[in-house]
Amino acid sequence: MEEKKLNLTLKIWRQAAPDAAGGFQEYKVYVSPDSSFLEMLDELNNELESQNLDPIAFESDCREGICGTCGLVINGHPHGPIPKIATCQLHMRHFKDGDTIWVEPFRAKAFPVIKDLMVDRSAFDRIMEAGGFISVNTGSVPDGNAIPIPKDIASEAMDSASCIGCGACVAACKNASAMLFVSAKVSQFALLPQGQPERYRRVQAMVKKMDELGFGACSNTYACEAECPKGISIKNIARMNREFIKAKVKTEEIDV
Amino acid sequence: MLKLDSKVPTGPIEEKWTNHIFNMKLVSPANKRKYDIIVVGTGLAGASAAATLGELGYNVKAFTFHDSARRAHSIAAQGGINAAKNYQNDGDSVYRLFYDTIKGGDFRSREANVYRLAEVSGNIIDQCVAQGVPFAREYGGTLANRSFGGALVSRTFYAKGQTGQQLLLGAYTAMNRQINLGKVKLYSRREMLDLVVVDGVARGIVVRNLLTGEIEKYSAHAVILATGGYSNVFFLSTNAMNSNTTAIWRAHKKGAAFANPCFTQIHPTCLPVHGESQSKLTLMSESLRNDGRIWVSKIKGDKRHPNDIPEEERDYYLERKYPSYGNLSPRDISSRSAKEVVDEGRGAQGQEAVYLDFRDAIKRLGKKVIEERYGNLFEIYQNITGENPYEVPMKIYPAPHYTMGGLWVDYNLMSTIPGLFVAGEANFSDHGANRLGASALMQGLADGYFILPYTIGNYIASERPKLVETSHPEFEKAENNIKNMINKLLSIKGKRTVDSIHKELGRIMWNKVGMSRNEKGLKEAIEEIKELREEFWKNVNVVGKNEDVNQCLERAGRVADYLELGELMARDALNRNESCGAHFREEYQTQEGEALRNDEEYAYVAAWVFKELGDWELVKEPLEFENIQLATRSYK
Ligand SMILES: Cc1cc2nc3c(=O)[nH]c(=O)nc-3n(C[C@H](O)[C@H](O)[C@H](O)COP(=O)(O)OP(=O)(O)OC[C@H]3O[C@@H](n4cnc5c(N)ncnc54)[C@H](O)[C@@H]3O)c2cc1C
Ligand code: SF4
Ligand code: FES
Repeated sequence: MEEKKLNLTLKIWRQAAPDAAGGFQEYKVYVSPDSSFLEMLDELNNELESQNLDPIAFESDCREGICGTCGLVINGHPHGPIPKIATCQLHMRHFKDGDTIWVEPFRAKAFPVIKDLMVDRSAFDRIMEAGGFISVNTGSVPDGNAIPIPKDIASEAMDSASCIGCGACVAACKNASAMLFVSAKVSQFALLPQGQPERYRRVQAMVKKMDELGFGACSNTYACEAECPKGISIKNIARMNREFIKAKVKTEEIDV
Repeated sequence: MLKLDSKVPTGPIEEKWTNHIFNMKLVSPANKRKYDIIVVGTGLAGASAAATLGELGYNVKAFTFHDSARRAHSIAAQGGINAAKNYQNDGDSVYRLFYDTIKGGDFRSREANVYRLAEVSGNIIDQCVAQGVPFAREYGGTLANRSFGGALVSRTFYAKGQTGQQLLLGAYTAMNRQINLGKVKLYSRREMLDLVVVDGVARGIVVRNLLTGEIEKYSAHAVILATGGYSNVFFLSTNAMNSNTTAIWRAHKKGAAFANPCFTQIHPTCLPVHGESQSKLTLMSESLRNDGRIWVSKIKGDKRHPNDIPEEERDYYLERKYPSYGNLSPRDISSRSAKEVVDEGRGAQGQEAVYLDFRDAIKRLGKKVIEERYGNLFEIYQNITGENPYEVPMKIYPAPHYTMGGLWVDYNLMSTIPGLFVAGEANFSDHGANRLGASALMQGLADGYFILPYTIGNYIASERPKLVETSHPEFEKAENNIKNMINKLLSIKGKRTVDSIHKELGRIMWNKVGMSRNEKGLKEAIEEIKELREEFWKNVNVVGKNEDVNQCLERAGRVADYLELGELMARDALNRNESCGAHFREEYQTQEGEALRNDEEYAYVAAWVFKELGDWELVKEPLEFENIQLATRSYK
């Protein structure tokens, strides 16, 4: 497994605080191709700390591509150049000796930078709180098998539900639109029988919150789908648009 | 001396919980809104508790160090969740799930708790389905199941390889609904650093705001800790990077007994270590063992490519040693067997690894079926290792994964500090010396949705706790202690990085308090950990200041706690002169190398009470087995 180590130049965005001016700083690293991208940053941070310098702030947790905590723009791509993976799943074997790599935070008006590569994505939670749920209290539910769900519907709902809330779709979009994220949740519940009672209320509430929080409009460039680590399809956006129109037609505008 | 009262209700095991629910006192609906409850942790256990308590009408304050509740470590669970639904008509029942869990835990858990867990398991599935969790389905639209280690029935429900994600999102959306309704207030990016105890009762917490460094105080009528497990004491584990022991450890130092700290599960199917820079280990779901066959070469030091090793030279050691459970033998047994063959020099291509092979399953079922079942796991594997598991057998090796130990709780999930409840992986309750696969998700949700909402009500109705203002001297004292600790950490300015010390601790733990343990090693570990702790407090370098985002400081505080917990784990392992479940003491084994339990002397929960650093008092809770006869575990 021991392969030749790589000499790389990193240009990393450093920004001390939300309102501070930021800029790129250069670092030289010597790294194993078996390392992950974040392990490389760990090593660099360890080095910085041993020189009593501030480590680079970046976030990660599961390092398995499922929690959605990590998220860096690498050489211009949210989550890096390899499709359908999160930043934490990117391995250095995809880079060549001598490469220069640019590393930036996700950038969007609704995701302000906190420090260095760390951004505030809590706007996503606010959208979910506005309506991304099915209103059932604990205990007052029927037997699991009392609600039969066709296998293909269950698996389509699962595909939509596999969004990890990372925000790469927003970072990839020139309008910083959150449509892919929001539509994934709207679709999951619109597909399932359990989601029907609140179907129209939900889509209106979530869209309204999304607009309030400063996310941009969708202009169908599909950059979001291309950068999404979970391959969430833009079909979800089409479905949400239909849901939204139906909601307007079928129901009076709900006070959401 | 502390006396442990498990508060297990009397009566036949099938009726205990039902009777207890009836006998518990209730808080009237109008009064519930007068009570504040703090929930620390918003993983499966915490989010489900917060949501349900909010629905009931309590004022919930929920805390997480994550930026969002959806990021909790529970999100990473892959394989599934158990429930005794018997949808497959294969002979499952509440009793069988109870039996399997007690046996799987090697008779070191409390019968009444485990029975209740099995009893409410079915409700969890119903609840999650109603929330819109997209569980896997059969063509007829009914729920699908798979089997997991340690069971002969198919009772595991799953959502692709992302079960934890879907269950957590279910609990998260239920909690979001309560946030929207104003019943739950979420405090994200807050790390609990101390528990406030006034007159012996839990009254609140002190947290650090991870964005500003501010130390904040919160009070409540009851406090729930649902802060997860402590496998990261090993540095390398399958847990998320930020999982830590701080909340329960600081509560322990405030008086909560810590039970069975040495019971740590080493998961058999993880990716092998690649090198020094490795930051964590990746789990390959145990569900892979449903169809994958585990083997190594019969020949020592065999460096051949696995596809070049002919059938007759392969040793399917689990199938050979445990014919009835085979590749689905429980985790502790599978892990130890892997270590054995590697120690014999028969590891995959000479490495610390064994093969997990899908060749036969692909032949039998076709690639499409395998892809449907495990597609995303195969992708993860290929992405990390660069090898294609459809063509080349996977390489796997055991890694620290789950901690059965945790804060001691009674039947009501209350710790030895009145008013302090503990749920999910953070408590010690249901898994004894070894947890069966797909049972942690079940336990976390059982605690949060179906147990705490009752027992908290009973506590409040019977004790009528008063709210203590955060201006109380105990709150100030706790705040000052935390500030002093932070200042101390920042002022050492030594030569060692936090990570370098954590890695060193991890090596001690893995080598001497890991998969197999002996007296000499444990005694050495205790001394080495003490020395390392001194080194830390003399020579660590924590960069930066408190009033800022300071990830180095966050890590330092956590490592400081591991350096204390590690010692207690070693002491607990040293005290337990037997082998049981995941705790394997080399001195206590049968001639065939199987774990040798000592029920005469060790059929107890070891609850440790903190006196001062390096000095703990051991209090025992005897375990009585009235329903399942104590027997030697056999998976042959
Ligand atoms: C890779 C992996 C796969 C797994 N697969 C399965 C499976 O298939 N089936 C199964 O049953 N189990 C599985 N498990 C085990 C299971 O996922 C965990 O045991 C379970 O999810 C723990 O849930 P929890 O709610 O107790 O804690 P967690 O999900 O760990 O949540 C802890 C919460 O506490 C918060 N917290 C912690 N400390 C503090 C503090 N000091 N201040 C503020 N907040 C704090 C965190 O922010 C988080 O919100 C798996 C585990 C791993 C590692
Ligand atoms: S839709 Fe894709 S890119 Fe957007 S948040 Fe979800 S997983 Fe991330
Ligand atoms: S760290 Fe969890 S998705 Fe990358």
